[in-house]
Amino acid sequence: MDAMIARLTGGLSRRALGLLAALLAVLLAAPWIANDYLLTVLIVILYLAYTGQAWNIMMGFAGQLSLGHAIYAGLGAYIPAVLFTRLGIGPWVGLLAAIPAAAACGAIIGFLAFRFGVAGVYFAILTIAFAEFARIGFDHLTIVNASAGLFLPVAQLSHNDLWRLRGSPTMFYYVILAATVIALILSRLLLRSRMGYFWLAIREDEQAARAAGIDTFRYKMYAVMISAAVTSFAGVFYAFFYNNLFPEQVFNISRSIEMILGPIIGGIGTLFGPILGAFVLTGLAESVTSAMAAFGVDLPGAKQIFYGLCLLLVVVALPEGIWPWLARRLGVGERER
Amino acid sequence: MGLDVYLNVAVAGVLTGLVYGLMALGLSVIFGVVRVVNFAHGEMMSIAMYIAVVLFSSFHLDPLVMLVPIAAVMFVFGYALQAGLINPFITRPEHSQFLLVVALAIIIVNALLIIFGPDARTVQTSYAYDSFEIGPVIVDASKTYAAAAAIVVTAALFAFFRFTLLGKAIRACADNYTGALVVGLNVNRLYALTFGLGAACVGAAGTMMTLITDVTPALGPGYTLLAFVIVITGGLGSMPGALIGGLLIGLTEALAGLLFTPSAKSMFAFGILVLVLLFRPQGILGRRLT
Repeated sequence: MDAMIARLTGGLSRRALGLLAALLAVLLAAPWIANDYLLTVLIVILYLAYTGQAWNIMMGFAGQLSLGHAIYAGLGAYIPAVLFTRLGIGPWVGLLAAIPAAAACGAIIGFLAFRFGVAGVYFAILTIAFAEFARIGFDHLTIVNASAGLFLPVAQLSHNDLWRLRGSPTMFYYVILAATVIALILSRLLLRSRMGYFWLAIREDEQAARAAGIDTFRYKMYAVMISAAVTSFAGVFYAFFYNNLFPEQVFNISRSIEMILGPIIGGIGTLFGPILGAFVLTGLAESVTSAMAAFGVDLPGAKQIFYGLCLLLVVVALPEGIWPWLARRLGVGERER
Repeated sequence: MGLDVYLNVAVAGVLTGLVYGLMALGLSVIFGVVRVVNFAHGEMMSIAMYIAVVLFSSFHLDPLVMLVPIAAVMFVFGYALQAGLINPFITRPEHSQFLLVVALAIIIVNALLIIFGPDARTVQTSYAYDSFEIGPVIVDASKTYAAAAAIVVTAALFAFFRFTLLGKAIRACADNYTGALVVGLNVNRLYALTFGLGAACVGAAGTMMTLITDVTPALGPGYTLLAFVIVITGGLGSMPGALIGGLLIGLTEALAGLLFTPSAKSMFAFGILVLVLLFRPQGILGRRLT
């Protein structure tokens, strides 16, 4: 246990730990301070922070660009939702089915790509193709009500049932906060493990990594499978928080894009980047939306254009992301790369 | 269902496939030379489609007549895009270039949504319901014109790369970037030119596509993916491969629409992609992937 904690906190300055603890304290206290609207925004932020971290394992650590992560979240959403609505099986048991399903799906995609040298952006296109395949497939799958959508019985807000994930927004807030913290810990443990160093070697130079004796195929497969498995929980959360699932939305390519914007803006491959990126992006987007509402403007694509411009700006001006820059400013710049 | 039903659908699929082929050709040219994955390809196509629709509904200009002007406009768009935005990214990592174009794609889709709204628009030409009867096969006139135009543009492009000095210079850039620099070619300008040509291809394809299908802002990503499926199926960097891939995907979609349900047709295109990656990862006409 002590070794574990040492591994978690090793290399972090007292200042960094202090800031982390302060942030966690604020987030833990948030439901008492925030109103309903702000709490919902915080849930969205933490959701994106969680999925961003999951994606970051694959792209940030192992250098494999996935633009189809919606498929893992989608499987994570649909499998427990079907088990819940048809058989009354609770979400946590459903999660146990969703994790292997998502990991297996990741393994299939990874196998197809890595075996045959489909790399880089062509790998990214393959991941999109699979997500689109799933979107159209689920749109015609009667067991999930096809395009008519799957609806979960709406929660009674009087009491919180954590086991069945039925309850108030505050409960969902703490669930996703816990998940985000766990994902952060997991990311750090992975990054500091033997496998994590192998991933970084593959990311930096795959040829060299192979020459150094790393079984690159195997470790890339692990990266995809772990990332997919972690992402699947986000789907479970999505299903039970929103209570409705449409293939057109769940598997939509914009879901995948939303997941990757946070880490890109925060800093690909950094531990804190995905979390920071989710806060910055969602915070700005919500401000833009409220500002537009205040002026009585209603443009359905404006938020997406805003996302596009943010992405453009970061890729052009801050290719490393915000976190490496901010970390130097705060004096907590740990060498993560 | 008699055999002639299948034949009719297959012919329609092949005709649409030729237009797909032209669209994918644009992508293949850009990738083959500039080595940038144009993830805004379908979005650029929807820009061209909207130009064609607006010209038709406001001035009654037939898409067949406007083919060259719209392609020219898209050429300028592509040239400016490469010269202004993408050229500085040539030495950046692959994913960085890719994300740049993804950002562009998101902006285009939603700008079109804001300008034109989510509803589908159509071009109702006087020959929209005409058809030719060849033996047992009834061929849709619009599709025939669209396919014929696609063939003409494709032939022109092949001739350009094969027989002109400029085409040769562009091929030199594609073969060896450093070598092209050494012999004094202005690579940045040639890249911009190539991107312009690719954009003109997709502009021409988009203009022709308005004869075949409705236009909505949401079409872009779907066409981008389709173009990639076609290019990977046909073989990366192979121009004839893009055409064959287009034919194959057009045919598959048409038959899948007949045998299953039209809304599931692009699933079969992705199925073909997976099969190709499994059994012939370099594509039908491609060289070995590296």
